[in-house]
Amino acid sequence: MSLDERKRNKKNKKKNRLIFRSAVLAILLGAVIFALVNNLQQDNNIYRAGDQAPDFKLEQVSENNDLETIQLSELQGKGVMLNFWGTWCEPCKDEMPYMEELYPKYKDEIEIVAVSLDATELVIHRFIDSYGLSFPIPHDATGEVKDLYKIGPIPSTFFIDPEGEIVEVVEGALSLESLEGHLQEIRPAS
Amino acid sequence: MNKIKCECGHVNPEGTVLCEACGKPIEGNQHIDGNDEKKLLNMRYEGSARRSQTYNKSIIDKTWGFFSSVKVGVWLIVLALIASALGSILPQEMYIPADAPSRDPAIFYEERYGVFGLIFYQLGFHNLYSSWWYMLLIALIGVSLVICSIDRFVPLYKALKKQKAKRHSTFLRRQRLFSETESINENDLDTVKERLKKQRYKVRDEDGHILAEKGRFSRWGPYVNHIGLIIILLAAILRMTPIMYLDEYIWIREGEQLVIPGTEGQFYIENEQFLLENHDPNDEVFGEAIEMEGEMIASNYQTDLIIYEAKNDVAGADPDLEKIVEDELRMNHPVKFDRYTLYQSGYQLNEFSNMSFDIVEEDGDGEALGTFTVDLSSPETSYELDSGFQVEVSQYFPDFYMDEDGNPASETNFPRNPGFVFLVYPPESDTAEVSFIGIGRNIDATGDNNYSLSINDFDMRAASGITVRVDYTLPFFGLGAAIFMIGVIQGMYWQHRRIWLRPTSDGVMLAAHTNKNWHGVQKDIEKAIDGTKINMVEDQQELDE
Repeated sequence: MSLDERKRNKKNKKKNRLIFRSAVLAILLGAVIFALVNNLQQDNNIYRAGDQAPDFKLEQVSENNDLETIQLSELQGKGVMLNFWGTWCEPCKDEMPYMEELYPKYKDEIEIVAVSLDATELVIHRFIDSYGLSFPIPHDATGEVKDLYKIGPIPSTFFIDPEGEIVEVVEGALSLESLEGHLQEIRPAS
Repeated sequence: MNKIKCECGHVNPEGTVLCEACGKPIEGNQHIDGNDEKKLLNMRYEGSARRSQTYNKSIIDKTWGFFSSVKVGVWLIVLALIASALGSILPQEMYIPADAPSRDPAIFYEERYGVFGLIFYQLGFHNLYSSWWYMLLIALIGVSLVICSIDRFVPLYKALKKQKAKRHSTFLRRQRLFSETESINENDLDTVKERLKKQRYKVRDEDGHILAEKGRFSRWGPYVNHIGLIIILLAAILRMTPIMYLDEYIWIREGEQLVIPGTEGQFYIENEQFLLENHDPNDEVFGEAIEMEGEMIASNYQTDLIIYEAKNDVAGADPDLEKIVEDELRMNHPVKFDRYTLYQSGYQLNEFSNMSFDIVEEDGDGEALGTFTVDLSSPETSYELDSGFQVEVSQYFPDFYMDEDGNPASETNFPRNPGFVFLVYPPESDTAEVSFIGIGRNIDATGDNNYSLSINDFDMRAASGITVRVDYTLPFFGLGAAIFMIGVIQGMYWQHRRIWLRPTSDGVMLAAHTNKNWHGVQKDIEKAIDGTKINMVEDQQELDE
């Protein structure tokens, strides 16, 4: 082997090695990015602030309210406080009076939609009577909307702006002040 | 540095410690494996050039070099260990208890654990195992695994392939097992060769230089093992995609019709009935065993179910349901539909489905003046009895208890301990008597009721716990684990043994190397040289100490 030949050989080998290493690193980088992006997307299955609130339609069961059904998309233009609750849930009971207190004041700008996850309608009626609730209360009997919004423990509340975008998600009970603060955020711009 | 030409004529890549062909230690590179301080040669990777230790040029080479370091790999594993431990100090976000005053992590951690909780939250440790940096750490371990393996496998493979039977005397002298014999009989070498062949060694003879080798296969064990690990890691990545993996759980009561979680409202499930069957205690075969156990032994858990496919656009709106499956779901007999598999996973028998009540006159003979039945999953607001009584349901608590303020309330959504406040209107009367009635409770609110209520009968219903699963990743895990295991076996149960014989003017030099079981290779040599003039090898490592 001449010196020239050997040099050329070496150069070739080096080039091949670089190509091989680049290829392996590129594949590994691709796999890592795929894993990370996937992981982030998994979080996206849960609706959070900044997402468009998914539409649903439920029967409204409160006799104190005139609406027969509630469809979220029909409430565009108004802010929506979407609350998930149940009659057996203590923290839910605590925040209901605050919602009732603020409802008349914001009624024209904001709809309070309190989706009940109870199994029986009777207990909802009795609850509405004893708390004197006037905002619409849809009943999610099959759990479909609960599943759609991936509701775990209740209460869970979504504050949705007039364009249908979720502004805030609150897990757990609200105080009167924090509730009013959130309602201010989703008022339509006048 | 340039390629190094050994005196045997072989050209080694830069960074080589021991000549690939003859094994002579290459001057100037002995520090790499620490040979300069020891009498014995370090036989790691056959002294081949791990290029990562010598090349540092382009970014690609630098990156490659970084990941090819076992030291880096070990550090990555240590970091991952520390991170995993940190995440377990406080509960992760998904384990925040449901009864916490606020489940908002921003509030919960500080409220319950003080400043430490706040720091824990602010560092993002409440979601540590799905955080991007934890994922990245695990991914980097995978990258390190791949590159380390490639970077060691290739040179090792080449070195073993290029090795010559003719080895440099220094190489032989510095092996752990070594002996030198001044003079031997003429046919001693042939005898040894034959005997080694009988012991299933592959024997090569180059100008009287002999290399006997067996079990080289064992050296690939760790790399096969790593391939298995990489497949397992890939399977774990696949498991994160909802297409490949989904795991949900649903509680469904007899008679209920619910949406199946995780199916995006596409499928509904109806529980027709749940069956819990026991072994017959009088059974000829098992009777005795059941008696010894002292309690009933379940023979079957079964849910008779119907699956519907929903055809509607808006979630919640009355769905158009089309029955697609009607089947019996039993333990270990899953029901499959579409991409989903349902497993019978749990049950609860502590719920009531309906209750019937008698109206009895307080001072009467105890004869029922009327009976009504309440369906606990959808109670009416009032019941009119044939005898003229009217009963109004004033309050219904599906799972009755007294809350902290002493008010009746329901603990859960389910009729496990139903309690009622009934308003009883006697015939042709506008004034109601108030009665509270529940299991083991019968309270006359005012103390002067003329009629009392009693529970006459009840039915129970079962709740069935069903796992909803999509898992296409299991075969990958199985494949990875199998390959992993093959690699372990390959490396554990075979040994790579090599014996070198180098003729000297009158005698012979004998050396041997193995990756494990030094005793075994000594036995092989003993058998081979038995009756010849060749000296038995000595273990130089023991002499060293």
